[in-house]
Amino acid sequence: MSVRLGLMALLAEGDSYGARLRSDFEERTGGTWPLNVGQVYTTLERLVRDGLVEQAGEPDAEGRIAYRLTPAGRAELAGWWTTPVDRTSTPRDELTIKLALAVTAPGVDVERVVQAQRTSTLRQLRDLTRLKRDALDRAEGTAEGTHDTGNGLAWLLVLENLVFAAEAEVRWLDHVESVLARHARERRTREDHDTPDDGTAADPEHDHAGAAPAHREGTHA
Amino acid sequence: MSTPHVVISDVTRVHGHDETRVVALDHVSLEIHPGELVAVMGPSGSGKSTLLNVAGGLDAPTSGTVSIGGETLGSLSPRDLAKLRRRRMGFVFQDYNLIPSLTAAENVALPLELDGMRARQARRAARHTLDLMDLMSLSDRYPDQMSGGQQQRVAIARALVGSRRFVLADEPTGALDSHTGEEVLRVLRERCDDGVAGLLVTHEARHAAWADRVVFLRDGRVVDTTGAADDAEDLLASGGPR
Repeated sequence: MSVRLGLMALLAEGDSYGARLRSDFEERTGGTWPLNVGQVYTTLERLVRDGLVEQAGEPDAEGRIAYRLTPAGRAELAGWWTTPVDRTSTPRDELTIKLALAVTAPGVDVERVVQAQRTSTLRQLRDLTRLKRDALDRAEGTAEGTHDTGNGLAWLLVLENLVFAAEAEVRWLDHVESVLARHARERRTREDHDTPDDGTAADPEHDHAGAAPAHREGTHA
Repeated sequence: MSTPHVVISDVTRVHGHDETRVVALDHVSLEIHPGELVAVMGPSGSGKSTLLNVAGGLDAPTSGTVSIGGETLGSLSPRDLAKLRRRRMGFVFQDYNLIPSLTAAENVALPLELDGMRARQARRAARHTLDLMDLMSLSDRYPDQMSGGQQQRVAIARALVGSRRFVLADEPTGALDSHTGEEVLRVLRERCDDGVAGLLVTHEARHAAWADRVVFLRDGRVVDTTGAADDAEDLLASGGPR
């Protein structure tokens, strides 16, 4: 997704000029993608160069230039709506990389890494839920008669996307934790079988898989 | 901040003996203030339900204390404990537990009638609670005439009818679809915003997110708690359209 296509989608709704495109873009995306006006004008210039957007008449009294989509621009936008977003690229998310490294890095308590992340993500989820609740309250308020431009709905959908993403991350962390716990259990079982009776058992300090031993009474973390 | 309504202090609960000995709760402490909803999360077998049962006086701790509204549960006679449970707290379960042969209003009135209140007065209190929760349109319906979400909202009304100010909810959204589940959580949240203390057990992060705090249990121990609220408006560059 580029700012380019976002601006084209707005222009498909009617001619507009730079400053208004900027504020519309931010409002419609719930402020999750702030733009500066220079970025908007640079993008518009490129769209004009590529024949996707053109100037709509002369500047107005305040010197503002309105833009509109060309037929080629409309065709490109139509293609964008119907083309699935590519999600097949290799993940480069910091958390994924961090945990992948933590599992094998010596001296890293993976369980703590997972728990710290989960706490942070749950907190984020709670804050998003508060924003969502406000948005729902506002939506109900507008349903009772006040003017709604549809932006409330757009904002709610952006929030829900973030809620789903945070929820998926918590589920993934739960999964990581249970896989590590199972792995640690299996390894302990193997070690119990392999341990000779001379007391040279594996050193638990080197349990880099990180999952804590099963709870035994009196052992407080 | 206000005085906590619920104080769980250094509670340990051990089931079984010797070889079968299981520590379900291990030195758990938790406070819930009026107006606060606390969610408990954790893997299965982590002690979530035991914590809820201990907090609600349905189970007694092996050591440690639980007090509700200043009364220590362990010091009460069984009779007084039952009375305190009837008058001061309400339970919400996954499967609603409404009586099929009673209307919504009669179901909500039931705990008050069982506590000795006259039927007419109890019905009036029930209707007041239903009205408060925007559920008056359901008052004459029987459980089989209501959706799962409506039944659960009536169950919350029943849990909080009269003067009860502590609600304990065990996976209240477990039998509901995601959207309806959230509607139920919203109702619970509103009740807490009105001053009720709430304890919610859930395995769904999206539902725990309606709480003020999430307590995370593992192997009977509190391993983490999401702290005080951040400023939600700072979370994103803007708070969305005004």
